[in-house]
Amino acid sequence: MQYLPNIIFLLILVAGVGYFTYNIKKVIRNIKLGLPVSVSDKAERWANVGRIAIGQSKMVVRPVSGALHIVVYLGFVIMNIEMLEIIIDGLFGTHRIFSSYLGGLYGVLIGTFEILAVLVFVSVIVFWIRRNIVKIKRFMSKEMTGWPKNDGNTILYFEMVLMGLFLTMNATDVHFQEMNNGNVISQYIAGWFSGVEVGTLHIIERAAWWIHITGILIFLNYLYFSKHLHIMLAFPNVFFGRVTPKGQFKNNEAVTKEVKMMMDPNVDPFAAPPAGEEQAVPAKFGASDVMDLSQVQLLNAYTCTECGRCTSDCPANITGKKLSPRKIMMDTRDRLEEVGKNIDANKGVFVPDNKQLLGDYISEEELWACTSCNACVEACPVSIDPLSIIMEMRQYLVMEKSAAPNELNVTMTNIENNGAPWPFNQQDRLNWSQE
Amino acid sequence: MSETIKVPTMAEYMAQGKQPEVLFWVGCAGSFDDRAKKITKAFVKLLNNAGVDFAVLGTEESCTGDPAKRAGNEFLFQMQAVTNIEVMNAYEVKKVVTACPHCFNTINNEYPQLGGNYEVMHHTQFLKSLMNEGRLKVEGGKFKGKRITFHDPCYLGRANGEYEAPRDLLRKLEVELVEMKRCKTKGLCCGAGGAQMFKEPEPGTKDINIERTQEAIEAKPEVIAAGCPFCNTMMTDGVKGENKEGEIEVMDVAEMIATAQDL
Repeated sequence: MQYLPNIIFLLILVAGVGYFTYNIKKVIRNIKLGLPVSVSDKAERWANVGRIAIGQSKMVVRPVSGALHIVVYLGFVIMNIEMLEIIIDGLFGTHRIFSSYLGGLYGVLIGTFEILAVLVFVSVIVFWIRRNIVKIKRFMSKEMTGWPKNDGNTILYFEMVLMGLFLTMNATDVHFQEMNNGNVISQYIAGWFSGVEVGTLHIIERAAWWIHITGILIFLNYLYFSKHLHIMLAFPNVFFGRVTPKGQFKNNEAVTKEVKMMMDPNVDPFAAPPAGEEQAVPAKFGASDVMDLSQVQLLNAYTCTECGRCTSDCPANITGKKLSPRKIMMDTRDRLEEVGKNIDANKGVFVPDNKQLLGDYISEEELWACTSCNACVEACPVSIDPLSIIMEMRQYLVMEKSAAPNELNVTMTNIENNGAPWPFNQQDRLNWSQE
Repeated sequence: MSETIKVPTMAEYMAQGKQPEVLFWVGCAGSFDDRAKKITKAFVKLLNNAGVDFAVLGTEESCTGDPAKRAGNEFLFQMQAVTNIEVMNAYEVKKVVTACPHCFNTINNEYPQLGGNYEVMHHTQFLKSLMNEGRLKVEGGKFKGKRITFHDPCYLGRANGEYEAPRDLLRKLEVELVEMKRCKTKGLCCGAGGAQMFKEPEPGTKDINIERTQEAIEAKPEVIAAGCPFCNTMMTDGVKGENKEGEIEVMDVAEMIATAQDL
């Protein structure tokens, strides 16, 4: 019976990490439903990870939320060191194992954690106020009601409670307070418990310790169901983000092949395609569902943490159009999750459900409101590219459905017939020099 | 305006067995739009003034395909692109300059994958290089000390990272350069990109060009400087919509330099 706590700890740990791994595997499987991408320019990509993801360079474009985010981010990264001690203590029944090995350094570490805990706590409260009291516009959009709104707040509550528990467990740890090494914040909180008996303190300390570690494991598993996956996916997402100029839109190779063939006078128009070639023809041009998107675009969707910087910089959204780049990403993820659940329910095979990303999630009106200005791409702190999804869905609408707005059909007919979007004669192209 | 200016074509150059220093890609707006034609002419005057050996494709030029691609018609885009590339490659074009950021972006970024590899410059970049080489004189003239704000074209700025060339030229004009609240990487679109120029906007609370023009007006400029024929149209319409026609002019950077020199 002496080892009961150790066994319980092991079980909780295995269950927590196990279920998380199970869900992450699902994320990876779902992302792989997308079209594969080849990745070059590795050096530049690593540099981007260093600057944009680790260095948070694009977060600080908005100084207030950027600074607060850096506090929480540093808190998260640095305080995870403490997790190592908690896990060792839990598994082996030790208590603050590092304190006997690290000496003075232990105090420095725990002291840093305590200060960060307070800073994170304060930042998270400011975040909560921004969302719920100040009601900053980008958190109030149409797509931010119901689950996305509650999700945002739930994450903040989690962080408040976890920071509170960490400080409480330090404050009520009689042994730790007696060490008087690193209790920079908790010594003041300990004062609140001054009248409490040592036995009761111990119970509070143990309770805080257990709820803290269990809370962290619950939070870890909450990630998969929430927008908060960005704390992990932001790094690979930035790595896979575009390294070409933002104005360079994807070249559709299948179309290139067709066009080159049309332009080549030596092509035999009656030639049968070489064996196996038929499969190489794409099922469709552009994208109408998540399977038509690339793996990077699907990773983008899981990475989005719904901060709404894209939407608040989008000229269409600013002027009251339905388009919201954030919603494009949220819809893509929701549809991808739906497809994933369909695959789970049907023994690993996707059974068509008469639904798709286009129409059931994203409307044509949203797609046609985009000016392709790249403001959303520029605004994203983690290199998400909503514009590429919009453009590929437009391509599907035009090339598969001939469903462009009529004025654009006229424009395209003009380009085709007389080489300009307006009905002017190509032979008049130099007339300006004579006018 | 009924002055005729000398504009050599690539065909004429080829007939003489010569290669110009640079191909001036006029673009559809620059060829057909009444407002944009003035920008084209101003730029040509500057080229002539600087003694640049240039030529245009004239009737052999065709839409780059930018609006087709952004409207989703990849096939039409590539047909346009491949045709244009064949023409340019036949003339052995090495260097291209254009006063339209959409043409600039497309030829610079999207033609290489289809076999068109050229050194492509936006006209503000080209004018800046002429100025640096001492071939072009950029001086204050009538704009000296005037309050000017520059509207960043999306396809020059964010799409290609060029924010300084037009501003450097404006500074040389000794203007008082003021920035709008949203500028450079955060610059707000005029509302024309992505083929929006050719269609009515979706229902909303405001037109994008009005939003942008109001922001420009807040900066209290005498001239809104532009670097794109489509931005120019949108901002001109916006200024009219806000009844500021008499007070605020919308001018291309090239027009401003040409006007300052009384060309």
